[in-house]
Amino acid sequence: MEDFLQLITEVLEIEDRTITAEDHFKQFDEWDSLARLSLIASIDDQYNVIIDDQTFTKLETLQQLYDEIQGRI
Amino acid sequence: MAKLSFTNIGVTGIAAAVPKNKIINLEYTENFPAEEVKDVIEKVGIYERRFAPAGMCSSDLCFAAANQLISDMAIDRSEIDLLIFVSQTPDYRMPATSVVLQHRLGLGTHCAAFDINLGCSAFVYGLSTVFSFMQSGGFRKALLLDGETRSRVYSPKDRKTAFLFGDGGVAAVVENDPKFGESHFSLHSDGSLSDLIKMDAGGYRMPSSPETLTEKVVDEQGNIRTDEHGYMNGPDVFNFVLKEIPSDFKQVLESSGNTIETIDYFLFHQANDYMNSYLAKKLKLDLSKVPSSIAHFGNTSSVSIPLTWVSQLHGKLDGKKKLLLCGFGVGMSWATAQINIDNCLVSELLEVE
Repeated sequence: MEDFLQLITEVLEIEDRTITAEDHFKQFDEWDSLARLSLIASIDDQYNVIIDDQTFTKLETLQQLYDEIQGRI
Repeated sequence: MAKLSFTNIGVTGIAAAVPKNKIINLEYTENFPAEEVKDVIEKVGIYERRFAPAGMCSSDLCFAAANQLISDMAIDRSEIDLLIFVSQTPDYRMPATSVVLQHRLGLGTHCAAFDINLGCSAFVYGLSTVFSFMQSGGFRKALLLDGETRSRVYSPKDRKTAFLFGDGGVAAVVENDPKFGESHFSLHSDGSLSDLIKMDAGGYRMPSSPETLTEKVVDEQGNIRTDEHGYMNGPDVFNFVLKEIPSDFKQVLESSGNTIETIDYFLFHQANDYMNSYLAKKLKLDLSKVPSSIAHFGNTSSVSIPLTWVSQLHGKLDGKKKLLLCGFGVGMSWATAQINIDNCLVSELLEVE
Protein backbone atom coordinates (compact mmCIF):
# COMPACT_ATOMS: atom_id res chain seq x y z
CA MET A 1 0.00 0.00 0.00
CA GLU A 2 2.84 2.37 0.78
CA ASP A 3 4.35 1.92 -2.67
CA PHE A 4 0.95 2.53 -4.18
CA LEU A 5 0.45 5.78 -2.25
CA GLN A 6 3.95 6.85 -3.29
CA LEU A 7 3.06 6.14 -6.93
CA ILE A 8 -0.16 8.16 -6.71
CA THR A 9 1.71 11.04 -5.04
CA GLU A 10 4.16 11.12 -7.94
CA VAL A 11 1.60 10.66 -10.71
CA LEU A 12 -0.67 13.41 -9.40
CA GLU A 13 2.31 15.60 -8.52
CA ILE A 14 1.16 16.12 -4.94
CA GLU A 15 3.81 18.16 -3.18
CA ASP A 16 2.26 19.77 -0.14
CA ARG A 17 0.79 16.89 1.91
CA THR A 18 0.70 13.18 2.68
CA ILE A 19 -2.16 11.20 1.18
CA THR A 20 -3.92 8.23 2.78
CA ALA A 21 -5.87 5.21 1.59
CA GLU A 22 -9.12 6.77 2.77
CA ASP A 23 -8.73 9.87 0.59
CA HIS A 24 -11.28 10.48 -2.15
CA PHE A 25 -8.76 11.01 -4.93
CA LYS A 26 -11.16 12.47 -7.50
CA GLN A 27 -11.69 15.36 -5.12
CA PHE A 28 -8.00 16.28 -5.08
CA ASP A 29 -7.20 19.68 -6.58
CA GLU A 30 -4.69 17.87 -8.77
CA TRP A 31 -7.33 15.52 -10.23
CA ASP A 32 -8.53 16.15 -13.79
CA SER A 33 -8.87 14.34 -17.11
CA LEU A 34 -5.16 14.78 -17.79
CA ALA A 35 -4.24 13.22 -14.43
CA ARG A 36 -6.50 10.36 -15.46
CA LEU A 37 -4.27 9.71 -18.50
CA SER A 38 -1.17 9.66 -16.31
CA LEU A 39 -2.84 7.28 -13.89
CA ILE A 40 -3.81 4.85 -16.68
CA ALA A 41 -0.21 4.79 -17.92
CA SER A 42 1.33 4.37 -14.48
CA ILE A 43 -1.04 1.58 -13.38
CA ASP A 44 -0.31 -0.23 -16.63
CA ASP A 45 3.41 0.33 -16.19
CA GLN A 46 3.58 -0.64 -12.52
CA TYR A 47 0.96 -3.40 -12.25
CA ASN A 48 0.22 -4.35 -15.87
CA VAL A 49 -3.45 -3.73 -15.12
CA ILE A 50 -6.10 -1.95 -17.19
CA ILE A 51 -9.30 -0.69 -15.53
CA ASP A 52 -12.21 0.10 -17.85
CA ASP A 53 -13.79 3.53 -17.55
CA GLN A 54 -17.14 2.18 -16.32
CA THR A 55 -15.48 0.47 -13.34
CA PHE A 56 -13.14 3.37 -12.74
CA THR A 57 -16.03 5.83 -12.54
CA LYS A 58 -17.39 3.95 -9.50
CA LEU A 59 -14.12 4.10 -7.55
CA GLU A 60 -13.91 6.83 -4.94
CA THR A 61 -11.14 6.19 -2.43
CA LEU A 62 -7.53 5.22 -3.01
CA GLN A 63 -8.24 2.02 -1.03
CA GLN A 64 -10.93 1.09 -3.58
CA LEU A 65 -8.55 1.82 -6.44
CA TYR A 66 -5.85 -0.26 -4.76
CA ASP A 67 -8.25 -3.17 -4.21
CA GLU A 68 -9.44 -2.99 -7.82
CA ILE A 69 -5.85 -3.22 -9.03
CA GLN A 70 -5.04 -6.11 -6.67
CA GLY A 71 -8.14 -7.97 -7.88
CA ARG A 72 -6.89 -7.75 -11.47
CA ILE A 73 -3.25 -8.66 -11.01
CA MET B 1 -6.67 -14.41 -37.80
CA ALA B 2 -6.44 -11.72 -40.43
CA LYS B 3 -2.78 -12.02 -41.40
CA LEU B 4 -1.62 -11.13 -44.88
CA SER B 5 1.76 -11.33 -46.51
CA PHE B 6 2.82 -10.16 -49.94
CA THR B 7 5.85 -10.56 -52.14
CA ASN B 8 7.60 -7.89 -54.19
CA ILE B 9 5.05 -5.10 -53.80
CA GLY B 10 5.87 -1.74 -52.32
CA VAL B 11 5.35 1.99 -52.00
CA THR B 12 7.53 3.72 -54.60
CA GLY B 13 6.49 7.29 -53.85
CA ILE B 14 4.45 9.32 -51.39
CA ALA B 15 3.25 12.93 -51.11
CA ALA B 16 1.16 14.91 -48.64
CA ALA B 17 -0.81 18.16 -48.65
CA VAL B 18 -2.12 20.21 -45.73
CA PRO B 19 -4.22 23.38 -45.73
CA LYS B 20 -2.10 26.51 -45.46
CA ASN B 21 -4.47 27.78 -42.74
CA LYS B 22 -2.58 27.15 -39.49
CA ILE B 23 -4.26 27.07 -36.07
CA ILE B 24 -2.01 27.96 -33.15
CA ASN B 25 -3.44 25.81 -30.38
CA LEU B 26 -2.31 28.04 -27.49
CA GLU B 27 -4.34 30.82 -29.09
CA TYR B 28 -7.40 28.62 -29.65
CA THR B 29 -9.03 30.09 -26.55
CA GLU B 30 -12.41 31.30 -27.74
CA ASN B 31 -14.34 28.74 -25.72
CA PHE B 32 -12.01 27.88 -22.83
CA PRO B 33 -9.69 29.79 -20.47
CA ALA B 34 -6.11 30.13 -21.74
CA GLU B 35 -4.66 28.42 -18.67
CA GLU B 36 -6.81 25.32 -19.14
CA VAL B 37 -5.99 25.24 -22.85
CA LYS B 38 -2.27 25.39 -22.07
CA ASP B 39 -2.49 22.44 -19.66
CA VAL B 40 -4.25 20.30 -22.26
CA ILE B 41 -1.87 21.25 -25.05
CA GLU B 42 1.23 20.53 -23.03
CA LYS B 43 -0.12 17.12 -22.04
CA VAL B 44 -1.15 16.04 -25.54
CA GLY B 45 1.75 17.79 -27.27
CA ILE B 46 -0.33 19.36 -30.04
CA TYR B 47 0.82 22.95 -30.71
CA GLU B 48 -0.36 23.55 -34.26
CA ARG B 49 -3.02 22.17 -36.54
CA ARG B 50 -4.17 22.82 -40.10
CA PHE B 51 -7.83 23.59 -40.78
CA ALA B 52 -9.25 23.40 -44.27
CA PRO B 53 -11.09 26.63 -45.17
CA ALA B 54 -14.77 26.48 -46.15
CA GLY B 55 -15.18 24.70 -49.47
CA MET B 56 -11.98 22.63 -49.21
CA CYS B 57 -12.55 18.87 -48.91
CA SER B 58 -10.22 16.03 -48.01
CA SER B 59 -10.38 15.00 -51.68
CA ASP B 60 -8.95 18.41 -52.67
CA LEU B 61 -5.92 17.81 -50.47
CA CYS B 62 -5.50 14.32 -51.94
CA PHE B 63 -5.89 15.74 -55.44
CA ALA B 64 -3.06 18.22 -54.82
CA ALA B 65 -0.84 15.53 -53.29
CA ALA B 66 -1.55 13.09 -56.14
CA ASN B 67 -0.75 15.65 -58.85
CA GLN B 68 2.50 16.56 -57.12
CA LEU B 69 3.48 12.90 -56.78
CA ILE B 70 2.59 12.00 -60.37
CA SER B 71 4.69 14.93 -61.54
CA ASP B 72 7.65 14.20 -59.21
CA MET B 73 7.68 10.54 -60.25
CA ALA B 74 7.03 11.36 -63.93
CA ILE B 75 4.27 8.76 -64.02
CA ASP B 76 2.16 8.17 -67.11
CA ARG B 77 -1.41 8.55 -65.80
CA SER B 78 -2.67 5.91 -68.23
CA GLU B 79 -0.66 3.29 -66.30
CA ILE B 80 -2.67 3.79 -63.11
CA ASP B 81 -5.09 0.86 -62.93
CA LEU B 82 -6.33 1.25 -59.35
CA LEU B 83 -7.38 4.20 -57.19
CA ILE B 84 -8.51 3.69 -53.62
CA PHE B 85 -9.67 6.66 -51.54
CA VAL B 86 -9.61 6.20 -47.78
CA SER B 87 -11.62 8.66 -45.68
CA GLN B 88 -14.49 9.22 -43.28
CA THR B 89 -15.00 12.77 -44.60
CA PRO B 90 -15.88 12.15 -48.27
CA ASP B 91 -17.30 14.72 -50.70
CA TYR B 92 -20.74 13.12 -51.00
CA ARG B 93 -22.87 10.28 -49.66
CA MET B 94 -22.80 9.18 -53.26
CA PRO B 95 -21.10 8.71 -55.61
CA ALA B 96 -17.87 7.44 -54.08
CA THR B 97 -15.23 10.17 -53.94
CA SER B 98 -12.65 7.83 -55.51
CA VAL B 99 -14.69 7.75 -58.72
CA VAL B 100 -14.90 11.55 -58.81
CA LEU B 101 -11.12 11.66 -58.26
CA GLN B 102 -10.51 9.16 -61.09
CA HIS B 103 -11.93 11.73 -63.50
CA ARG B 104 -10.40 14.81 -61.83
CA LEU B 105 -6.95 13.23 -61.97
CA GLY B 106 -7.35 12.38 -65.65
CA LEU B 107 -7.12 8.62 -65.13
CA GLY B 108 -8.56 6.21 -67.69
CA THR B 109 -11.88 4.41 -67.38
CA HIS B 110 -9.86 1.17 -67.19
CA CYS B 111 -8.97 2.29 -63.65
CA ALA B 112 -10.75 0.50 -60.77
CA ALA B 113 -11.85 2.96 -58.09
CA PHE B 114 -13.59 2.61 -54.73
CA ASP B 115 -13.65 4.10 -51.23
CA ILE B 116 -12.74 2.60 -47.88
CA ASN B 117 -14.55 4.00 -44.85
CA LEU B 118 -12.31 3.57 -41.79
CA GLY B 119 -10.57 6.00 -39.45
CA CYS B 120 -7.19 5.89 -37.78
CA SER B 121 -6.41 2.35 -38.93
CA ALA B 122 -7.33 3.11 -42.54
CA PHE B 123 -3.98 3.85 -44.14
CA VAL B 124 -2.70 0.41 -43.15
CA TYR B 125 -6.00 -1.26 -44.12
CA GLY B 126 -5.92 0.63 -47.42
CA LEU B 127 -2.35 -0.39 -48.08
CA SER B 128 -3.22 -4.05 -47.44
CA THR B 129 -6.08 -3.77 -49.95
CA VAL B 130 -3.88 -2.14 -52.58
CA PHE B 131 -1.19 -4.78 -52.04
CA SER B 132 -3.81 -7.54 -52.42
CA PHE B 133 -4.97 -6.14 -55.77
CA MET B 134 -1.39 -5.67 -56.93
CA GLN B 135 -0.52 -9.26 -55.98
CA SER B 136 -3.23 -10.47 -58.36
CA GLY B 137 -1.01 -9.41 -61.23
CA GLY B 138 -3.61 -7.50 -63.28
CA PHE B 139 -2.55 -4.01 -62.22
CA ARG B 140 0.37 -1.87 -63.35
CA LYS B 141 0.35 1.02 -60.87
CA ALA B 142 -1.95 1.81 -57.97
CA LEU B 143 -2.74 5.10 -56.27
CA LEU B 144 -3.75 5.09 -52.60
CA LEU B 145 -5.32 8.40 -51.56
CA ASP B 146 -6.09 9.11 -47.92
CA GLY B 147 -7.64 12.38 -46.75
CA GLU B 148 -9.47 13.79 -43.73
CA THR B 149 -11.05 17.05 -42.66
CA ARG B 150 -11.40 16.04 -39.02
CA SER B 151 -11.48 19.69 -37.95
CA ARG B 152 -15.14 19.69 -38.99
CA VAL B 153 -16.08 16.51 -37.18
CA TYR B 154 -15.69 17.65 -33.57
CA SER B 155 -17.25 20.44 -31.51
CA PRO B 156 -14.97 23.37 -30.61
CA LYS B 157 -16.95 23.54 -27.34
CA ASP B 158 -16.14 19.99 -26.22
CA ARG B 159 -12.84 20.12 -24.33
CA LYS B 160 -12.39 16.36 -24.80
CA THR B 161 -11.83 16.81 -28.53
CA ALA B 162 -11.54 20.57 -29.28
CA PHE B 163 -7.74 20.73 -29.34
CA LEU B 164 -6.82 17.46 -31.00
CA PHE B 165 -7.85 17.17 -34.61
CA GLY B 166 -6.60 18.57 -37.91
CA ASP B 167 -6.80 18.14 -41.68
CA GLY B 168 -4.59 16.67 -44.39
CA GLY B 169 -4.44 14.50 -47.49
CA VAL B 170 -1.86 12.11 -48.92
CA ALA B 171 -1.14 10.10 -52.04
CA ALA B 172 1.00 6.99 -52.36
CA VAL B 173 1.99 5.04 -55.47
CA VAL B 174 2.29 1.28 -55.14
CA GLU B 175 4.09 -0.90 -57.69
CA ASN B 176 5.44 -4.42 -58.20
CA ASP B 177 9.21 -4.80 -57.97
CA PRO B 178 11.44 -7.71 -56.88
CA LYS B 179 13.44 -5.29 -54.72
CA PHE B 180 10.67 -5.10 -52.10
CA GLY B 181 10.66 -8.69 -50.82
CA GLU B 182 8.08 -9.73 -48.25
CA SER B 183 5.60 -7.52 -46.42
CA HIS B 184 3.37 -8.52 -43.52
CA PHE B 185 0.03 -7.17 -42.34
CA SER B 186 -2.24 -7.84 -39.39
CA LEU B 187 -5.81 -6.48 -39.37
CA HIS B 188 -8.30 -6.35 -36.49
CA SER B 189 -11.71 -4.99 -35.48
CA ASP B 190 -13.82 -4.85 -32.29
CA GLY B 191 -17.30 -3.46 -32.81
CA SER B 192 -18.21 -3.99 -29.14
CA LEU B 193 -16.26 -0.76 -28.62
CA SER B 194 -18.02 1.17 -31.39
CA ASP B 195 -19.29 3.85 -28.99
CA LEU B 196 -15.81 4.86 -27.76
CA ILE B 197 -15.38 7.20 -30.73
CA LYS B 198 -18.58 7.97 -32.56
CA MET B 199 -20.79 10.47 -34.35
CA ASP B 200 -24.38 9.43 -33.57
CA ALA B 201 -26.42 11.31 -36.14
CA GLY B 202 -26.34 12.21 -39.82
CA GLY B 203 -26.34 8.66 -41.20
CA TYR B 204 -29.35 6.44 -41.76
CA ARG B 205 -29.69 5.10 -38.19
CA MET B 206 -30.32 8.62 -36.85
CA PRO B 207 -30.96 10.86 -39.85
CA SER B 208 -30.07 14.53 -39.83
CA SER B 209 -32.82 16.79 -38.43
CA PRO B 210 -33.11 20.18 -36.70
CA GLU B 211 -32.90 18.24 -33.42
CA THR B 212 -29.59 16.52 -34.30
CA LEU B 213 -28.12 19.91 -35.22
CA THR B 214 -29.02 21.52 -31.87
CA GLU B 215 -26.18 22.15 -29.42
CA LYS B 216 -26.57 20.52 -26.00
CA VAL B 217 -24.60 20.32 -22.78
CA VAL B 218 -23.61 16.67 -22.71
CA ASP B 219 -21.85 16.11 -19.38
CA GLU B 220 -21.22 17.53 -15.92
CA GLN B 221 -18.10 19.35 -17.15
CA GLY B 222 -20.33 21.47 -19.37
CA ASN B 223 -19.03 20.24 -22.72
CA ILE B 224 -21.29 21.23 -25.61
CA ARG B 225 -21.92 19.48 -28.91
CA THR B 226 -24.65 18.34 -31.29
CA ASP B 227 -25.53 14.77 -32.23
CA GLU B 228 -23.71 15.39 -35.51
CA HIS B 229 -20.42 16.06 -33.79
CA GLY B 230 -18.04 13.24 -33.00
CA TYR B 231 -17.32 12.32 -29.39
CA MET B 232 -14.64 10.28 -27.72
CA ASN B 233 -14.18 8.43 -24.44
CA GLY B 234 -10.48 9.23 -24.09
CA PRO B 235 -9.65 7.04 -21.06
CA ASP B 236 -11.16 3.93 -22.62
CA VAL B 237 -9.44 4.63 -25.93
CA PHE B 238 -6.15 4.77 -24.04
CA ASN B 239 -7.07 1.53 -22.23
CA PHE B 240 -7.85 -0.07 -25.58
CA VAL B 241 -4.51 1.01 -27.04
CA LEU B 242 -2.57 -0.40 -24.07
CA LYS B 243 -4.48 -3.67 -24.25
CA GLU B 244 -4.28 -4.33 -28.00
CA ILE B 245 -1.45 -2.44 -29.66
CA PRO B 246 1.71 -3.76 -27.96
CA SER B 247 0.71 -7.38 -28.63
CA ASP B 248 -0.19 -6.73 -32.28
CA PHE B 249 3.01 -4.76 -32.76
CA LYS B 250 5.13 -7.60 -31.35
CA GLN B 251 3.30 -10.24 -33.35
CA VAL B 252 3.94 -8.45 -36.68
CA LEU B 253 7.53 -7.69 -35.73
CA GLU B 254 8.08 -11.37 -35.01
CA SER B 255 6.20 -12.85 -37.97
CA SER B 256 8.14 -10.59 -40.33
CA GLY B 257 11.41 -11.90 -38.88
CA ASN B 258 12.39 -8.56 -37.41
CA THR B 259 13.35 -7.13 -34.03
CA ILE B 260 13.08 -3.56 -32.80
CA GLU B 261 16.74 -3.18 -33.82
CA THR B 262 16.28 -4.21 -37.47
CA ILE B 263 13.42 -1.76 -38.17
CA ASP B 264 14.52 1.68 -39.41
CA TYR B 265 11.37 3.63 -38.54
CA PHE B 266 8.24 2.98 -36.50
CA LEU B 267 5.29 5.03 -37.73
CA PHE B 268 2.44 5.13 -35.24
CA HIS B 269 -0.93 6.76 -35.61
CA GLN B 270 -0.54 10.24 -34.12
CA ALA B 271 -3.31 10.52 -31.54
CA ASN B 272 -1.59 12.37 -28.76
CA ASP B 273 2.02 12.69 -27.75
CA TYR B 274 1.50 11.45 -24.21
CA MET B 275 0.07 8.14 -25.38
CA ASN B 276 2.62 7.68 -28.15
CA SER B 277 5.54 8.44 -25.85
CA TYR B 278 4.18 5.92 -23.38
CA LEU B 279 3.76 3.30 -26.12
CA ALA B 280 7.32 3.86 -27.32
CA LYS B 281 8.62 3.51 -23.76
CA LYS B 282 6.57 0.38 -23.13
CA LEU B 283 7.86 -1.20 -26.35
CA LYS B 284 11.42 -0.05 -25.49
CA LEU B 285 11.86 1.72 -28.83
CA ASP B 286 14.77 3.97 -29.72
CA LEU B 287 13.01 7.35 -29.94
CA SER B 288 15.17 8.46 -32.87
CA LYS B 289 13.36 5.75 -34.87
CA VAL B 290 9.88 6.95 -33.89
CA PRO B 291 9.14 10.06 -35.97
CA SER B 292 6.39 12.32 -34.66
CA SER B 293 4.37 15.01 -36.40
CA ILE B 294 1.67 15.46 -33.77
CA ALA B 295 3.03 18.83 -32.56
CA HIS B 296 2.53 20.35 -36.03
CA PHE B 297 -0.62 18.72 -37.36
CA GLY B 298 -2.50 17.17 -34.43
CA ASN B 299 -4.53 14.03 -34.96
CA THR B 300 -5.45 13.76 -38.65
CA SER B 301 -6.96 10.27 -38.25
CA SER B 302 -5.88 7.88 -41.02
CA VAL B 303 -3.70 10.57 -42.60
CA SER B 304 -1.40 10.80 -39.59
CA ILE B 305 0.87 7.85 -40.48
CA PRO B 306 1.62 8.87 -44.09
CA LEU B 307 1.72 12.57 -43.11
CA THR B 308 4.40 11.72 -40.54
CA TRP B 309 6.20 9.73 -43.24
CA VAL B 310 6.26 12.72 -45.61
CA SER B 311 6.78 15.56 -43.14
CA GLN B 312 9.38 13.86 -40.93
CA LEU B 313 11.21 11.43 -43.23
CA HIS B 314 11.59 13.60 -46.34
CA GLY B 315 15.26 13.33 -47.33
CA LYS B 316 15.94 10.43 -44.94
CA LEU B 317 14.81 7.47 -47.00
CA ASP B 318 17.66 6.86 -49.44
CA GLY B 319 18.32 3.17 -50.04
CA LYS B 320 16.52 0.25 -48.44
CA LYS B 321 14.51 0.88 -45.28
CA LYS B 322 12.29 -1.27 -43.14
CA LEU B 323 9.18 0.40 -41.78
CA LEU B 324 6.66 -0.71 -39.23
CA LEU B 325 3.28 1.03 -39.45
CA CYS B 326 0.65 0.85 -36.74
CA GLY B 327 -2.80 2.50 -36.91
CA PHE B 328 -5.56 2.27 -34.30
CA GLY B 329 -8.80 4.05 -33.46
CA VAL B 330 -12.45 4.57 -34.33
CA GLY B 331 -14.34 1.30 -34.79
CA MET B 332 -12.47 0.15 -32.84
CA SER B 333 -10.23 -0.90 -35.69
CA TRP B 334 -6.50 -1.51 -35.73
CA ALA B 335 -3.88 -2.66 -38.19
CA THR B 336 -0.12 -3.16 -38.21
CA ALA B 337 2.22 -3.67 -41.16
CA GLN B 338 5.88 -4.30 -41.75
CA ILE B 339 6.83 -3.09 -45.21
CA ASN B 340 10.11 -2.51 -47.03
CA ILE B 341 10.91 0.48 -49.18
CA ASP B 342 13.86 1.14 -51.47
CA ASN B 343 14.70 4.69 -52.55
CA CYS B 344 11.10 5.71 -51.92
CA LEU B 345 10.41 9.10 -53.47
CA VAL B 346 9.05 11.46 -50.82
CA SER B 347 7.69 14.72 -52.23
CA GLU B 348 8.08 17.92 -50.28
CA LEU B 349 5.08 18.70 -48.07
CA LEU B 350 2.54 20.82 -49.96
CA GLU B 351 0.53 23.66 -48.47
CA VAL B 352 -2.79 24.30 -50.19
CA GLU B 353 -4.64 27.64 -50.08
